[in-house]
Amino acid sequence: MGVGTFFTARLDEALGWARKYSIFQYPFVTACCGMEYMATACSHYDVDRFGAGLPRFSPRQADVLFVVGTISHKMAPVLRRVYEQMTEPKWVVAFGVCTCTGGFYDNYATVQGIDTIIPVDVYIPGCPPRPESVLDGLMKLQEKIAAGRQRF
Amino acid sequence: MHGQAILERLAERFGDAIVETHAHRGDHTAVVTRERLLDVLRACRDDEALAFDMLIDVTAVDYSRFPGREDGPRFEVVYHLYSLRHNHRLRLKVRVSEDDPVVPSAVGLWPIANWLEREVWDMFGIRFAGHPDLRRLLLYEEFVGHPLRKDYPIDRRQPLIGPKI
Repeated sequence: MGVGTFFTARLDEALGWARKYSIFQYPFVTACCGMEYMATACSHYDVDRFGAGLPRFSPRQADVLFVVGTISHKMAPVLRRVYEQMTEPKWVVAFGVCTCTGGFYDNYATVQGIDTIIPVDVYIPGCPPRPESVLDGLMKLQEKIAAGRQRF
Repeated sequence: MHGQAILERLAERFGDAIVETHAHRGDHTAVVTRERLLDVLRACRDDEALAFDMLIDVTAVDYSRFPGREDGPRFEVVYHLYSLRHNHRLRLKVRVSEDDPVVPSAVGLWPIANWLEREVWDMFGIRFAGHPDLRRLLLYEEFVGHPLRKDYPIDRRQPLIGPKI
């Protein structure tokens, strides 16, 4: 093993550690799941413990796209554009069953899962998911961020 | 004015234009012919004793799979009127066939009819003659069909529309 290889591997780890604790989220809130998202984000569940306490309401300053709530066909192009405006590295969390699969909105208007539009990293099911599930999903996302190959 | 008195007043003034009337649990309804619909609506608004100054809602019903009414006119367009001055309500219905789903527009009487009629066009495919801007309201232009018609398949998926770049 050469020195260079050893060095890059450690740098990857350091970057992953830093990135998993600096999750600037973009909350794309469209429906009732937003209430549960707010509950998670407030002091009782203290999402700041995971370094995810500061939502950015501009996709260009955000790392993680939280898609919270039902996405209709009419909204789909907007979501897609928001995703494309985010800079790398970026991740997507599907919050609630509507974003995961369409949920019980099996109808003409609803997108049957946002993974038909954009890639999704973590799915948090539930209608709505309890804050505990959200934190679980957030920790899974942290693991994924830390374990992934870091581009810089 | 009591609901029954409203119906009687309309029947007295318009005679044959009122096809039928009924009341259910205090809600009074008159079915009107399409030809006289605008006259009846205007009278409801302008008659001092009626003074229906608010158009609460315009919607429609598809009776194509309704037991006992499969063979009649397919649609009914429903107008809900309310009078702020007298605190009374009235429901007007007009029957429309599938071959000729056109109703005169009420935009000239109540401006809110603009969006309400656009929604009915969007969901049921009923057109409103004289409407200034009859586009879809809730759905997008690329959508094919009218989803609240009973023959629209419940599991039909429309192609996703992409960002316009």
